[in-house]
Amino acid sequence: MNKPRTRLRIGVGAGMADDRIGPALQLLEQCDPDYLVCECLAERTIARETLSRKHDGARGYNPMLEERMRAFLPLCRQKGVRLVSNMGAANPVGAARAALEIGRELGWRDLQCAAVVGDDVIDRVRAHPELPLLDRNLPLEDILPRLASANAYLGADVVRDALATGAQVVMTGRVADPSLFLGVALHHHQWASDDLPRLAAGTIMGHLLECSAQVTGGYFADPGKKDVPRLAELPYPYADLYSDGELFIGKPDGSGGRLDRMTCTEQALYEIHNPAAYVTPDCVLNLDGLHFEELTPDRVAVRGISARGRTDSYKVVVGYFDGWIGTGEVAYAGVNAIARARLAAQTVQERFRLDGGEASEIQVDLIGISSLHGNYPASMASDPYEVRLRVSARCPDKKSAHLLGDHVRQLNMQGPYGAGGPVNLGAKEIIAVDAVLIPRDWVNPQVVTTGA
Amino acid sequence: MGILVYDLAHARAGDKGNTSSIAVIAYDEAGWQVLRRALTAERVARAFAHLGAGPVRRYEVASLKALNFVIPNVLGGGVTRSLRLDPHGKSLSALMLGIELPGSPEQP
Repeated sequence: MNKPRTRLRIGVGAGMADDRIGPALQLLEQCDPDYLVCECLAERTIARETLSRKHDGARGYNPMLEERMRAFLPLCRQKGVRLVSNMGAANPVGAARAALEIGRELGWRDLQCAAVVGDDVIDRVRAHPELPLLDRNLPLEDILPRLASANAYLGADVVRDALATGAQVVMTGRVADPSLFLGVALHHHQWASDDLPRLAAGTIMGHLLECSAQVTGGYFADPGKKDVPRLAELPYPYADLYSDGELFIGKPDGSGGRLDRMTCTEQALYEIHNPAAYVTPDCVLNLDGLHFEELTPDRVAVRGISARGRTDSYKVVVGYFDGWIGTGEVAYAGVNAIARARLAAQTVQERFRLDGGEASEIQVDLIGISSLHGNYPASMASDPYEVRLRVSARCPDKKSAHLLGDHVRQLNMQGPYGAGGPVNLGAKEIIAVDAVLIPRDWVNPQVVTTGA
Repeated sequence: MGILVYDLAHARAGDKGNTSSIAVIAYDEAGWQVLRRALTAERVARAFAHLGAGPVRRYEVASLKALNFVIPNVLGGGVTRSLRLDPHGKSLSALMLGIELPGSPEQP
Protein backbone atom coordinates (compact mmCIF):
# COMPACT_ATOMS: atom_id res chain seq x y z
CA MET A 1 0.00 0.00 0.00
CA ASN A 2 1.26 3.45 -0.86
CA LYS A 3 1.96 5.86 1.95
CA PRO A 4 -0.36 8.87 1.79
CA ARG A 5 1.51 11.85 0.46
CA THR A 6 2.33 14.69 2.82
CA ARG A 7 2.47 18.44 2.28
CA LEU A 8 5.28 20.83 3.17
CA ARG A 9 4.41 24.53 3.24
CA ILE A 10 7.30 27.01 3.15
CA GLY A 11 6.63 30.71 3.54
CA VAL A 12 9.04 33.45 2.49
CA GLY A 13 10.23 35.75 5.26
CA ALA A 14 12.55 37.95 3.18
CA GLY A 15 14.14 38.07 -0.27
CA MET A 16 16.86 40.64 0.38
CA ALA A 17 18.89 42.05 3.25
CA ASP A 18 16.53 44.94 4.03
CA ASP A 19 13.27 43.42 2.81
CA ARG A 20 9.87 44.32 4.33
CA ILE A 21 8.79 42.51 7.48
CA GLY A 22 5.01 43.02 7.24
CA PRO A 23 4.29 40.54 4.43
CA ALA A 24 6.14 37.80 6.33
CA LEU A 25 3.92 38.42 9.36
CA GLN A 26 0.89 38.20 7.07
CA LEU A 27 2.05 34.74 5.90
CA LEU A 28 2.71 33.57 9.46
CA GLU A 29 -0.70 34.78 10.62
CA GLN A 30 -2.83 33.69 7.67
CA CYS A 31 -1.16 30.77 5.91
CA ASP A 32 0.14 28.38 8.61
CA PRO A 33 3.51 27.63 7.01
CA ASP A 34 5.64 24.80 8.42
CA TYR A 35 8.82 26.81 7.79
CA LEU A 36 9.73 30.42 7.16
CA VAL A 37 12.80 30.97 4.97
CA CYS A 38 14.52 34.38 4.88
CA GLU A 39 17.00 34.98 2.05
CA CYS A 40 19.00 38.07 3.03
CA LEU A 41 22.47 37.74 1.53
CA ALA A 42 23.42 39.47 -1.73
CA GLU A 43 26.73 38.65 -3.42
CA ARG A 44 28.82 41.36 -1.86
CA THR A 45 27.01 41.62 1.47
CA ILE A 46 29.16 38.88 2.93
CA ALA A 47 32.35 40.79 2.12
CA ARG A 48 31.00 43.86 3.96
CA GLU A 49 29.96 41.73 6.91
CA THR A 50 33.40 40.08 6.97
CA LEU A 51 34.87 43.55 7.50
CA SER A 52 32.27 44.39 10.08
CA ARG A 53 33.20 41.23 12.00
CA LYS A 54 36.89 42.19 11.86
CA HIS A 55 36.03 45.48 13.59
CA ASP A 56 33.75 43.78 16.14
CA GLY A 57 33.88 40.00 16.57
CA ALA A 58 30.29 39.88 17.78
CA ARG A 59 28.96 41.40 14.54
CA GLY A 60 29.15 40.22 10.95
CA TYR A 61 25.55 39.06 10.59
CA ASN A 62 22.55 40.80 9.05
CA PRO A 63 21.90 44.17 10.77
CA MET A 64 18.12 43.52 10.68
CA LEU A 65 18.43 40.17 12.48
CA GLU A 66 17.28 41.49 15.83
CA GLU A 67 14.31 43.36 14.35
CA ARG A 68 13.27 40.29 12.36
CA MET A 69 13.67 37.89 15.28
CA ARG A 70 11.61 40.09 17.56
CA ALA A 71 8.87 40.21 14.93
CA PHE A 72 8.94 36.53 13.88
CA LEU A 73 9.91 34.44 16.91
CA PRO A 74 6.71 34.91 18.96
CA LEU A 75 4.59 33.76 16.01
CA CYS A 76 7.03 30.96 15.13
CA ARG A 77 6.81 29.65 18.68
CA GLN A 78 3.04 29.96 18.88
CA LYS A 79 2.44 28.23 15.54
CA GLY A 80 5.34 25.78 15.52
CA VAL A 81 7.07 27.35 12.51
CA ARG A 82 10.79 26.69 12.05
CA LEU A 83 12.95 29.45 10.63
CA VAL A 84 15.86 29.11 8.18
CA SER A 85 17.92 32.07 7.05
CA ASN A 86 21.29 33.06 5.61
CA MET A 87 21.21 36.14 7.88
CA GLY A 88 24.33 34.65 9.49
CA ALA A 89 26.37 36.21 6.68
CA ALA A 90 29.99 36.29 7.90
CA ASN A 91 29.11 35.12 11.43
CA PRO A 92 26.48 32.35 11.48
CA VAL A 93 27.38 31.24 15.01
CA GLY A 94 27.03 34.82 16.25
CA ALA A 95 23.68 35.07 14.48
CA ALA A 96 22.43 31.82 16.04
CA ARG A 97 23.50 33.05 19.51
CA ALA A 98 21.82 36.42 18.93
CA ALA A 99 18.60 34.68 17.86
CA LEU A 100 18.79 32.47 20.94
CA GLU A 101 19.22 35.43 23.25
CA ILE A 102 16.30 37.28 21.72
CA GLY A 103 14.17 34.14 21.93
CA ARG A 104 14.97 33.73 25.62
CA GLU A 105 14.25 37.37 26.27
CA LEU A 106 10.84 36.76 24.72
CA GLY A 107 10.33 33.81 27.07
CA TRP A 108 11.16 30.94 24.71
CA ARG A 109 13.20 28.93 27.25
CA ASP A 110 13.66 25.70 25.25
CA LEU A 111 14.57 27.39 21.97
CA GLN A 112 17.38 25.69 20.05
CA CYS A 113 19.36 27.34 17.30
CA ALA A 114 21.84 25.91 14.83
CA ALA A 115 24.51 27.55 12.71
CA VAL A 116 25.86 26.30 9.40
CA VAL A 117 29.57 26.98 9.06
CA GLY A 118 32.32 26.04 6.65
CA ASP A 119 31.47 28.32 3.74
CA ASP A 120 34.44 30.56 4.55
CA VAL A 121 37.24 29.14 2.40
CA ILE A 122 39.55 32.16 2.27
CA ASP A 123 42.59 30.22 3.54
CA ARG A 124 42.02 27.49 0.95
CA VAL A 125 41.78 29.83 -2.01
CA ARG A 126 44.71 31.98 -0.83
CA ALA A 127 46.86 28.91 -1.41
CA HIS A 128 45.68 28.69 -5.02
CA PRO A 129 46.49 31.94 -6.83
CA GLU A 130 46.20 30.11 -10.16
CA LEU A 131 42.40 29.81 -9.91
CA PRO A 132 40.75 31.77 -12.73
CA LEU A 133 38.22 34.49 -11.85
CA LEU A 134 35.02 33.68 -13.72
CA ASP A 135 33.89 37.23 -14.42
CA ARG A 136 37.01 39.28 -15.04
CA ASN A 137 39.08 36.65 -16.82
CA LEU A 138 42.10 37.19 -14.57
CA PRO A 139 43.91 34.78 -12.27
CA LEU A 140 42.98 35.09 -8.59
CA GLU A 141 46.60 36.14 -8.04
CA ASP A 142 45.81 39.60 -9.47
CA ILE A 143 43.44 40.43 -6.61
CA LEU A 144 45.00 38.29 -3.88
CA PRO A 145 46.64 41.18 -1.98
CA ARG A 146 43.25 42.92 -1.89
CA LEU A 147 41.15 39.84 -1.05
CA ALA A 148 38.51 40.54 1.63
CA SER A 149 36.45 37.34 1.68
CA ALA A 150 35.92 34.00 -0.04
CA ASN A 151 32.78 32.00 0.61
CA ALA A 152 31.56 28.83 -1.04
CA TYR A 153 27.92 28.52 -2.00
CA LEU A 154 27.02 25.56 0.20
CA GLY A 155 24.23 23.21 -0.80
CA ALA A 156 20.97 21.89 0.61
CA ASP A 157 22.56 18.91 2.37
CA VAL A 158 24.00 20.96 5.23
CA VAL A 159 20.72 22.86 5.71
CA ARG A 160 19.04 19.45 6.00
CA ASP A 161 21.63 18.39 8.57
CA ALA A 162 21.11 21.57 10.60
CA LEU A 163 17.35 20.95 10.73
CA ALA A 164 17.99 17.33 11.75
CA THR A 165 19.46 18.62 15.03
CA GLY A 166 15.94 19.70 15.98
CA ALA A 167 16.80 23.39 16.04
CA GLN A 168 13.83 25.70 15.53
CA VAL A 169 16.09 28.39 14.07
CA VAL A 170 18.89 27.74 11.56
CA MET A 171 21.32 30.51 10.63
CA THR A 172 23.69 30.06 7.72
CA GLY A 173 26.31 32.10 5.93
CA ARG A 174 26.74 31.64 2.21
CA VAL A 175 24.38 28.95 0.97
CA ALA A 176 23.04 28.97 -2.59
CA ASP A 177 19.66 30.69 -2.44
CA PRO A 178 17.56 27.78 -3.82
CA SER A 179 19.44 25.37 -1.53
CA LEU A 180 18.09 27.14 1.57
CA PHE A 181 14.62 26.05 0.47
CA LEU A 182 15.56 22.64 -0.96
CA GLY A 183 17.34 21.83 2.31
CA VAL A 184 14.07 22.24 4.16
CA ALA A 185 12.39 19.81 1.74
CA LEU A 186 15.20 17.25 2.03
CA HIS A 187 14.76 17.26 5.79
CA HIS A 188 10.98 17.41 5.93
CA HIS A 189 10.26 14.79 3.27
CA GLN A 190 13.41 12.73 3.99
CA TRP A 191 14.28 12.81 0.29
CA ALA A 192 17.54 11.26 -0.90
CA SER A 193 20.10 13.75 -2.15
CA ASP A 194 20.26 11.95 -5.50
CA ASP A 195 16.49 11.82 -6.12
CA LEU A 196 16.70 14.06 -9.19
CA PRO A 197 12.98 14.63 -9.94
CA ARG A 198 12.44 15.78 -6.37
CA LEU A 199 15.65 17.82 -6.28
CA ALA A 200 14.34 19.55 -9.41
CA ALA A 201 11.02 20.34 -7.73
CA GLY A 202 12.68 21.64 -4.57
CA THR A 203 15.20 23.70 -6.53
CA ILE A 204 12.68 25.43 -8.79
CA MET A 205 10.62 26.07 -5.65
CA GLY A 206 13.60 27.81 -4.08
CA HIS A 207 14.38 29.74 -7.24
CA LEU A 208 10.78 30.99 -7.54
CA LEU A 209 10.64 32.01 -3.86
CA GLU A 210 14.12 33.38 -3.20
CA CYS A 211 13.33 36.95 -4.32
CA SER A 212 10.18 37.17 -2.18
CA ALA A 213 7.59 39.41 -3.88
CA GLN A 214 9.27 39.22 -7.30
CA VAL A 215 6.96 36.27 -8.00
CA THR A 216 3.82 37.91 -6.56
CA GLY A 217 3.80 41.12 -8.60
CA GLY A 218 7.02 42.90 -7.62
CA TYR A 219 9.43 44.09 -10.35
CA PHE A 220 6.55 43.71 -12.80
CA ALA A 221 4.03 46.57 -13.02
CA ASP A 222 3.72 48.66 -16.18
CA PRO A 223 0.60 50.82 -15.82
CA GLY A 224 -2.00 50.15 -18.48
CA LYS A 225 0.00 47.24 -19.90
CA LYS A 226 0.85 44.94 -16.99
CA ASP A 227 -1.17 46.14 -14.02
CA VAL A 228 -0.64 44.82 -10.51
CA PRO A 229 -3.64 45.09 -8.17
CA ARG A 230 -2.93 46.78 -4.82
CA LEU A 231 0.80 47.06 -5.44
CA ALA A 232 1.27 48.77 -2.07
CA GLU A 233 0.02 45.59 -0.35
CA LEU A 234 2.32 43.25 -2.26
CA PRO A 235 2.35 39.92 -0.40
CA TYR A 236 5.15 37.37 -0.08
CA PRO A 237 4.67 33.93 -1.62
CA TYR A 238 4.62 30.48 -0.12
CA ALA A 239 5.08 27.05 -1.68
CA ASP A 240 3.21 23.80 -1.15
CA LEU A 241 5.61 21.01 -1.99
CA TYR A 242 4.25 17.48 -1.66
CA SER A 243 6.26 14.40 -0.81
CA ASP A 244 5.83 13.12 -4.38
CA GLY A 245 7.35 16.34 -5.74
CA GLU A 246 4.15 18.07 -6.85
CA LEU A 247 4.61 21.84 -6.42
CA PHE A 248 2.31 24.83 -6.07
CA ILE A 249 3.15 28.48 -5.47
CA GLY A 250 0.61 30.49 -3.49
CA LYS A 251 -0.05 33.84 -1.86
CA PRO A 252 -2.50 34.67 0.95
CA ASP A 253 -6.14 34.30 -0.17
CA GLY A 254 -7.49 37.57 -1.52
CA SER A 255 -4.17 39.40 -1.01
CA GLY A 256 -2.84 42.17 -3.24
CA GLY A 257 -0.28 41.74 -5.97
CA ARG A 258 -0.62 39.06 -8.62
CA LEU A 259 0.54 35.49 -9.08
CA ASP A 260 0.10 33.94 -12.49
CA ARG A 261 1.86 32.45 -15.49
CA MET A 262 3.44 35.82 -16.34
CA THR A 263 4.90 36.62 -12.92
CA CYS A 264 6.10 33.03 -12.47
CA THR A 265 7.73 32.94 -15.90
CA GLU A 266 9.62 36.19 -15.30
CA GLN A 267 10.93 34.90 -11.99
CA ALA A 268 11.71 31.41 -13.32
CA LEU A 269 14.13 32.89 -15.86
CA TYR A 270 15.49 35.59 -13.55
CA GLU A 271 19.30 35.63 -13.47
CA ILE A 272 19.51 32.28 -15.22
CA HIS A 273 21.91 32.01 -18.14
CA ASN A 274 21.36 28.72 -19.96
CA PRO A 275 17.81 27.63 -19.02
CA ALA A 276 18.70 24.01 -19.84
CA ALA A 277 21.59 24.01 -17.36
CA TYR A 278 21.11 26.13 -14.24
CA VAL A 279 23.86 24.96 -11.92
CA THR A 280 23.26 24.85 -8.16
CA PRO A 281 25.33 22.98 -5.56
CA ASP A 282 22.62 20.29 -5.52
CA CYS A 283 21.82 19.59 -9.16
CA VAL A 284 21.78 21.03 -12.68
CA LEU A 285 18.26 22.26 -13.34
CA ASN A 286 16.62 22.07 -16.78
CA LEU A 287 13.80 24.56 -17.42
CA ASP A 288 13.01 23.20 -20.92
CA GLY A 289 9.47 21.91 -20.52
CA LEU A 290 8.66 24.06 -17.49
CA HIS A 291 5.14 25.51 -17.50
CA PHE A 292 2.68 27.04 -15.09
CA GLU A 293 -1.04 26.44 -14.64
CA GLU A 294 -3.17 29.16 -13.05
CA LEU A 295 -5.52 27.46 -10.57
CA THR A 296 -6.95 30.44 -8.67
CA PRO A 297 -5.91 34.12 -8.47
CA ASP A 298 -3.74 33.06 -5.51
CA ARG A 299 -2.36 29.70 -6.65
CA VAL A 300 -0.26 28.38 -9.52
CA ALA A 301 0.85 24.81 -10.29
CA VAL A 302 4.47 24.34 -11.38
CA ARG A 303 5.06 21.51 -13.88
CA GLY A 304 7.60 20.08 -16.29
CA ILE A 305 10.86 20.67 -14.41
CA SER A 306 13.78 18.22 -14.46
CA ALA A 307 17.41 18.01 -13.31
CA ARG A 308 20.69 16.25 -13.84
CA GLY A 309 23.21 15.31 -11.16
CA ARG A 310 25.31 17.96 -9.44
CA THR A 311 28.76 19.06 -10.63
CA ASP A 312 32.06 18.28 -8.90
CA SER A 313 32.64 21.92 -7.89
CA TYR A 314 31.54 24.52 -5.42
CA LYS A 315 31.26 28.09 -6.65
CA VAL A 316 33.07 30.53 -4.39
CA VAL A 317 32.27 34.23 -4.33
CA VAL A 318 35.37 36.30 -3.62
CA GLY A 319 35.22 39.88 -2.37
CA TYR A 320 38.16 42.23 -2.86
CA PHE A 321 38.98 45.87 -2.30
CA ASP A 322 38.80 47.79 -5.53
CA GLY A 323 39.49 51.42 -4.67
CA TRP A 324 37.00 54.21 -4.16
CA ILE A 325 34.13 55.77 -6.04
CA GLY A 326 33.31 59.46 -5.70
CA THR A 327 30.07 60.95 -7.05
CA GLY A 328 28.39 64.34 -7.31
CA GLU A 329 25.17 65.64 -8.88
CA VAL A 330 23.73 68.96 -10.02
CA ALA A 331 20.69 69.98 -12.11
CA TYR A 332 19.93 72.56 -14.83
CA ALA A 333 16.64 73.63 -16.40
CA GLY A 334 15.19 75.80 -19.14
CA VAL A 335 16.71 77.13 -22.36
CA ASN A 336 20.16 75.64 -23.12
CA ALA A 337 20.07 73.47 -19.96
CA ILE A 338 21.83 70.51 -21.59
CA ALA A 339 24.70 72.64 -22.88
CA ARG A 340 25.19 74.06 -19.38
CA ALA A 341 25.23 70.55 -17.92
CA ARG A 342 27.87 69.49 -20.43
CA LEU A 343 29.99 72.58 -19.69
CA ALA A 344 29.67 71.83 -15.98
CA ALA A 345 30.86 68.24 -16.51
CA GLN A 346 33.87 69.40 -18.47
CA THR A 347 34.73 72.01 -15.85
CA VAL A 348 34.53 69.50 -13.00
CA GLN A 349 36.87 67.11 -14.78
CA GLU A 350 39.42 69.83 -15.54
CA ARG A 351 39.41 71.18 -11.97
CA PHE A 352 39.68 67.68 -10.58
CA ARG A 353 42.86 67.08 -12.62
CA LEU A 354 44.27 70.55 -11.81
CA ASP A 355 43.83 69.80 -8.10
CA GLY A 356 45.75 66.55 -8.43
CA GLY A 357 42.73 64.24 -8.33
CA GLU A 358 43.44 60.74 -9.55
CA ALA A 359 40.91 58.59 -11.36
CA SER A 360 41.20 55.61 -13.67
CA GLU A 361 37.71 56.16 -15.07
CA ILE A 362 35.20 59.02 -15.02
CA GLN A 363 31.54 58.53 -15.89
CA VAL A 364 29.41 61.51 -16.96
CA ASP A 365 25.65 60.95 -17.05
CA LEU A 366 22.82 63.26 -17.97
CA ILE A 367 19.90 62.01 -15.90
CA GLY A 368 16.86 62.32 -18.10
CA ILE A 369 18.84 61.57 -21.25
CA SER A 370 21.63 59.05 -21.01
CA SER A 371 22.12 57.82 -17.44
CA LEU A 372 20.37 54.43 -17.81
CA HIS A 373 20.71 53.31 -21.40
CA GLY A 374 23.83 55.27 -22.33
CA ASN A 375 24.10 57.13 -25.60
CA TYR A 376 21.09 55.42 -27.10
CA PRO A 377 19.97 57.15 -30.32
CA ALA A 378 16.34 57.61 -29.16
CA SER A 379 17.38 59.13 -25.84
CA MET A 380 20.00 61.40 -27.37
CA ALA A 381 17.37 62.79 -29.76
CA SER A 382 15.21 64.01 -26.90
CA ASP A 383 15.51 67.52 -25.52
CA PRO A 384 14.11 67.52 -22.00
CA TYR A 385 13.21 70.77 -20.18
CA GLU A 386 15.49 69.91 -17.28
CA VAL A 387 18.44 67.60 -16.74
CA ARG A 388 20.50 66.40 -13.79
CA LEU A 389 24.21 65.92 -14.26
CA ARG A 390 25.89 63.07 -12.44
CA VAL A 391 29.68 62.72 -12.41
CA SER A 392 31.26 59.61 -10.93
CA ALA A 393 34.93 58.58 -10.77
CA ARG A 394 36.86 55.44 -9.92
CA CYS A 395 39.74 56.58 -7.70
CA PRO A 396 42.68 54.87 -6.01
CA ASP A 397 42.10 56.71 -2.73
CA LYS A 398 39.41 58.30 -0.61
CA LYS A 399 40.82 61.79 -0.99
CA SER A 400 40.44 61.83 -4.76
CA ALA A 401 36.96 60.32 -4.56
CA HIS A 402 35.85 63.04 -2.17
CA LEU A 403 37.49 65.76 -4.25
CA LEU A 404 35.44 64.79 -7.29
CA GLY A 405 32.16 65.30 -5.45
CA ASP A 406 33.40 68.57 -3.95
CA HIS A 407 33.97 70.01 -7.39
CA VAL A 408 30.42 69.15 -8.39
CA ARG A 409 29.04 70.73 -5.20
CA GLN A 410 31.02 73.93 -5.80
CA LEU A 411 29.32 74.41 -9.17
CA ASN A 412 26.61 76.47 -7.52
CA MET A 413 28.99 79.44 -7.38
CA GLN A 414 31.71 78.49 -9.81
CA GLY A 415 30.05 76.77 -12.75
CA PRO A 416 27.52 77.69 -15.46
CA TYR A 417 24.52 79.74 -14.29
CA GLY A 418 21.50 78.13 -12.63
CA ALA A 419 23.04 75.10 -10.87
CA GLY A 420 20.16 73.44 -8.97
CA GLY A 421 20.72 71.25 -5.94
CA PRO A 422 24.46 70.55 -6.27
CA VAL A 423 25.56 67.78 -3.93
CA ASN A 424 28.66 65.76 -3.12
CA LEU A 425 27.39 62.21 -2.65
CA GLY A 426 30.63 61.28 -0.93
CA ALA A 427 33.38 58.71 -1.26
CA LYS A 428 32.44 55.03 -1.15
CA GLU A 429 34.95 52.24 -0.63
CA ILE A 430 34.42 49.51 -3.19
CA ILE A 431 34.34 45.85 -2.39
CA ALA A 432 34.04 44.14 -5.73
CA VAL A 433 33.05 40.51 -6.14
CA ASP A 434 34.01 37.78 -8.55
CA ALA A 435 33.86 34.00 -8.41
CA VAL A 436 36.05 30.92 -8.68
CA LEU A 437 35.23 27.21 -8.84
CA ILE A 438 36.89 24.82 -6.38
CA PRO A 439 36.75 21.03 -5.90
CA ARG A 440 34.08 19.80 -3.51
CA ASP A 441 36.58 18.20 -1.14
CA TRP A 442 38.10 21.59 -0.28
CA VAL A 443 34.96 22.44 1.63
CA ASN A 444 33.82 20.96 4.92
CA PRO A 445 30.34 22.24 5.82
CA GLN A 446 29.38 21.72 9.46
CA VAL A 447 26.60 22.39 11.92
CA VAL A 448 27.07 24.09 15.31
CA THR A 449 24.18 24.00 17.76
CA THR A 450 23.39 26.34 20.60
CA GLY A 451 20.67 26.53 23.27
CA ALA A 452 18.42 24.16 25.27
CA MET B 1 6.58 49.59 -40.74
CA GLY B 2 8.04 47.81 -37.75
CA ILE B 3 6.69 46.53 -34.49
CA LEU B 4 8.17 46.93 -31.01
CA VAL B 5 9.13 43.95 -28.90
CA TYR B 6 7.10 45.81 -26.24
CA ASP B 7 3.90 45.04 -28.17
CA LEU B 8 4.59 41.30 -28.19
CA ALA B 9 6.34 40.53 -24.94
CA HIS B 10 7.21 41.41 -21.38
CA ALA B 11 10.73 41.20 -19.99
CA ARG B 12 12.79 40.99 -16.80
CA ALA B 13 16.47 41.83 -16.41
CA GLY B 14 18.90 40.25 -13.96
CA ASP B 15 22.64 40.47 -13.35
CA LYS B 16 25.63 38.26 -12.65
CA GLY B 17 28.91 40.15 -12.41
CA ASN B 18 29.31 42.29 -15.52
CA THR B 19 26.72 40.30 -17.46
CA SER B 20 23.05 41.15 -17.89
CA SER B 21 20.52 38.38 -18.51
CA ILE B 22 17.18 39.44 -19.93
CA ALA B 23 14.19 37.15 -20.39
CA VAL B 24 11.71 38.13 -23.11
CA ILE B 25 8.34 36.41 -22.72
CA ALA B 26 5.67 36.44 -25.43
CA TYR B 27 2.10 37.37 -24.49
CA ASP B 28 0.68 34.81 -26.94
CA GLU B 29 1.47 32.24 -29.60
CA ALA B 30 1.41 34.70 -32.51
CA GLY B 31 3.84 36.99 -30.72
CA TRP B 32 6.03 34.03 -29.85
CA GLN B 33 6.34 33.06 -33.52
CA VAL B 34 7.40 36.62 -34.45
CA LEU B 35 9.91 36.89 -31.62
CA ARG B 36 11.38 33.50 -32.29
CA ARG B 37 12.02 34.43 -35.92
CA ALA B 38 12.94 38.10 -35.63
CA LEU B 39 14.50 38.77 -32.22
CA THR B 40 17.88 37.32 -33.09
CA ALA B 41 21.09 37.49 -31.08
CA GLU B 42 22.48 39.82 -33.76
CA ARG B 43 19.59 42.26 -33.41
CA VAL B 44 19.97 42.31 -29.63
CA ALA B 45 23.73 42.76 -29.92
CA ARG B 46 23.17 45.83 -32.12
CA ALA B 47 20.77 47.36 -29.62
CA PHE B 48 23.27 46.90 -26.77
CA ALA B 49 26.47 47.63 -28.72
CA HIS B 50 26.79 51.22 -27.44
CA LEU B 51 26.95 49.88 -23.86
CA GLY B 52 29.92 47.70 -24.79
CA ALA B 53 28.10 44.38 -25.22
CA GLY B 54 30.22 41.30 -25.84
CA PRO B 55 28.97 38.23 -27.75
CA VAL B 56 25.25 37.78 -27.01
CA ARG B 57 23.96 34.29 -26.22
CA ARG B 58 20.32 33.50 -26.97
CA TYR B 59 18.29 30.62 -25.53
CA GLU B 60 14.75 29.50 -26.36
CA VAL B 61 12.35 27.99 -23.82
CA ALA B 62 9.37 27.01 -25.97
CA SER B 63 7.27 25.76 -23.05
CA LEU B 64 7.37 29.28 -21.58
CA LYS B 65 7.21 31.08 -24.97
CA ALA B 66 10.36 32.82 -23.82
CA LEU B 67 13.76 33.86 -25.11
CA ASN B 68 16.61 34.35 -22.68
CA PHE B 69 19.46 36.66 -23.64
CA VAL B 70 22.82 36.71 -21.89
CA ILE B 71 24.66 39.95 -22.65
CA PRO B 72 28.22 40.31 -21.34
CA ASN B 73 30.07 43.55 -20.47
CA VAL B 74 27.08 45.89 -20.25
CA LEU B 75 27.08 46.67 -16.51
CA GLY B 76 30.01 49.07 -16.38
CA GLY B 77 32.40 46.52 -14.87
CA GLY B 78 29.90 44.63 -12.73
CA VAL B 79 27.32 45.45 -10.12
CA THR B 80 29.82 46.00 -7.35
CA ARG B 81 32.31 48.05 -9.41
CA SER B 82 30.10 50.01 -11.76
CA LEU B 83 30.09 53.81 -11.90
CA ARG B 84 26.63 53.69 -13.47
CA LEU B 85 23.43 54.99 -11.93
CA ASP B 86 21.84 51.56 -12.48
CA PRO B 87 24.68 49.12 -11.76
CA HIS B 88 22.33 46.11 -11.79
CA GLY B 89 21.01 47.04 -15.22
CA LYS B 90 17.44 46.61 -13.99
CA SER B 91 16.33 49.19 -16.54
CA LEU B 92 17.85 47.26 -19.47
CA SER B 93 14.70 45.18 -19.95
CA ALA B 94 13.09 48.41 -21.18
CA LEU B 95 15.88 48.82 -23.73
CA MET B 96 15.15 45.28 -24.91
CA LEU B 97 11.42 45.99 -25.22
CA GLY B 98 12.21 49.12 -27.25
CA ILE B 99 13.83 47.10 -30.04
CA GLU B 100 11.94 47.46 -33.33
CA LEU B 101 11.33 44.34 -35.40
CA PRO B 102 10.65 44.23 -39.12
CA GLY B 103 7.14 43.28 -40.26
CA SER B 104 3.73 43.96 -38.75
CA PRO B 105 1.79 41.98 -36.16
CA GLU B 106 -0.81 41.03 -38.81
CA GLN B 107 1.83 39.63 -41.16
CA PRO B 108 4.41 37.83 -39.06
